[in-house]
Amino acid sequence: MTALLPRRGIAQILALIVILAVDRVVSPQFFDLRLQDGRLFGSLIDVLNRGTPVALLSLGMVLVIATRGIDLSVGAVMAICGAIAASLADSHSLPVVLAAALGAGIVCGLWNGFLVAVLGMQPIVATLILMVAGRGIAQLITEGRIVTFTSPDLVWLGNGAILGVPVPVAIALGMLILTGAVVRGSALGLLIEATGGNARASELAGVGTRAMILAVYVWCGVCAALAGVIAAADIMGADANNAGLWLELDAILAVVIGGTSLFGGRFSLILAVLGALIIQTMNTGILLSGYPPEFNLLVKAVVVLAVLLLQSPKLSGFAGIMARLRRTKS
Amino acid sequence: MKGLPPVLITAIVLVAGFAACAVQFPNIASTRVVGNLLTDNAFLGIVATGMTFVIISGGIDLSVGSVIGFTTVFVALAIEHWGVPPLVAFVAILALSAVFGAAMGAIIHVFDLPPFIVTLAGMFLARGASFLLSTESVPISAPVYSTVSDFALRMPGGGRLTAIAIVMLVIVVGGALLLQLTRFGANVYALGGNRATASLMGVAVGKMTVKIYMLSSLLAGLAGIVFSFYTSAGYSLSAVGVELDSIAAVVIGGTLLTGGQGSVIGTFLGVLIQGMIQTYINFDGTLSSWWTKIATGILLFAFIALQQGLVALARRPAAKPGGAVS
Repeated sequence: MTALLPRRGIAQILALIVILAVDRVVSPQFFDLRLQDGRLFGSLIDVLNRGTPVALLSLGMVLVIATRGIDLSVGAVMAICGAIAASLADSHSLPVVLAAALGAGIVCGLWNGFLVAVLGMQPIVATLILMVAGRGIAQLITEGRIVTFTSPDLVWLGNGAILGVPVPVAIALGMLILTGAVVRGSALGLLIEATGGNARASELAGVGTRAMILAVYVWCGVCAALAGVIAAADIMGADANNAGLWLELDAILAVVIGGTSLFGGRFSLILAVLGALIIQTMNTGILLSGYPPEFNLLVKAVVVLAVLLLQSPKLSGFAGIMARLRRTKS
Repeated sequence: MKGLPPVLITAIVLVAGFAACAVQFPNIASTRVVGNLLTDNAFLGIVATGMTFVIISGGIDLSVGSVIGFTTVFVALAIEHWGVPPLVAFVAILALSAVFGAAMGAIIHVFDLPPFIVTLAGMFLARGASFLLSTESVPISAPVYSTVSDFALRMPGGGRLTAIAIVMLVIVVGGALLLQLTRFGANVYALGGNRATASLMGVAVGKMTVKIYMLSSLLAGLAGIVFSFYTSAGYSLSAVGVELDSIAAVVIGGTLLTGGQGSVIGTFLGVLIQGMIQTYINFDGTLSSWWTKIATGILLFAFIALQQGLVALARRPAAKPGGAVS
């Protein structure tokens, strides 16, 4: 686990503990857990459950950002895959539904990866195309309606439980372990970091940078597809307008909070997921404390700015600021 | 001559598209429709003009939609609830927007952070602040609003050139002149071309970055005022996603997203193309509005691919294999 949990994770863990403590003050029942109908209930479980889509997105996003990229389309991909899953749910079996939704995620990822790796577009622009068009495509699939379904199999994905653990949480945990095993159990993670650190040098050193970039966007698409299916299963319907809306920003925020540099070259899967949990714990805390949920945006803005300033390459302590200001003035 | 070929292509697409629309629906080719198109897209034209400067300088501003939303709420509350005269409210919000943009520019420069993430934080901040002011739609009933809404220049053929459309045209022309004829404009191109070179040639990179983002936010504030005239209300959820529309307009207008090339006129044509697609869909009546998004996405892809091709052709002698991301 040392590879997954570097020493720099201490700040994030402390932040999570502090926010949990604040939540405990706000709502004394915060840590209460109870078992009902074979499933655990309680605020903590709620945090994990609600945090699942962003946690899944951040798993894909962190790899993309490690290659110095960004994927703005994950929210739209969620909407597309949720729409596909919801439209097929009542007429097809669960494996078919899942295969179709994940397939769509792979196609979206291939498209993004093709634009970035083969055509050489800037990632922010390349994924902007799908971000704009994707919601339109999702509307095309749902024909502008909110598609509802009753298939118990798909509903189970959103609301069921395995050994008391909600299925979405189990899926996210499974994906974390799978992704961690693949990228850290092999040299793949290192190659991804090399691509982000210096694509040209890595290419000359024999790293298949194009294949790496293509692969991370595809994986990001798969994660977004899973998140979309879970979000649809959770509400037993697909809303092409609102599914995954703004979640790309939350996913990027989670990755940034997790200490992954936006300049590429290093990443931590587990800290990104921790970042997603920190965001969700804040959201839940704000809700429990009775503030309007809109307050979230302000808090997020302050948090992202603070983390960015700490991460700034030009900044190492207060002396760095002063030196920088002096240089700017001259 | 900067960026002329892509602008020509944009113009051809616009004319051809308009002709195709006119063949199918002869009524489209009237000053009435054109006047409405200008009015409906007035705020987009203004905000996209600011975005053009940012993108040519090699940056991006994701906060503009939220600044528009904040402006509409602020103006509505100031006039209706706080009893501030409309003109004072306008000046105050423009000053506030300018300071907001300057702060983002300063953070981007001083801490050397990607513009995309700093303006993303700005987007959260402005949207959150507008929610704090009010989560409900606040109607504006000040007399100046009805006076301005009623004002319009008659065009031949019965079309109306409204006040907000005139404001937009003035901003577009002013922006084009600022970009093409002034030292400021030349510096914007220089920054986008190569930051290090620009700095060595004596461009004050820090000051320019602050000014460029200040201009973008200032125009977003103005667009917010125009938007409040357009809807006669302030609503914290208004103009969600406008940042994407304006980036799309800039790109379709032939501005290079890596910076260094582009024009305000191209952006204006890009705004008109988006408006034209919307108008076509309205005329057709059977197509849903989400086709606008798909059509915009396809156009975005076509234009970016075209740019990529042009850039690749221009760089061919220096043959850079790999297609690495940077």
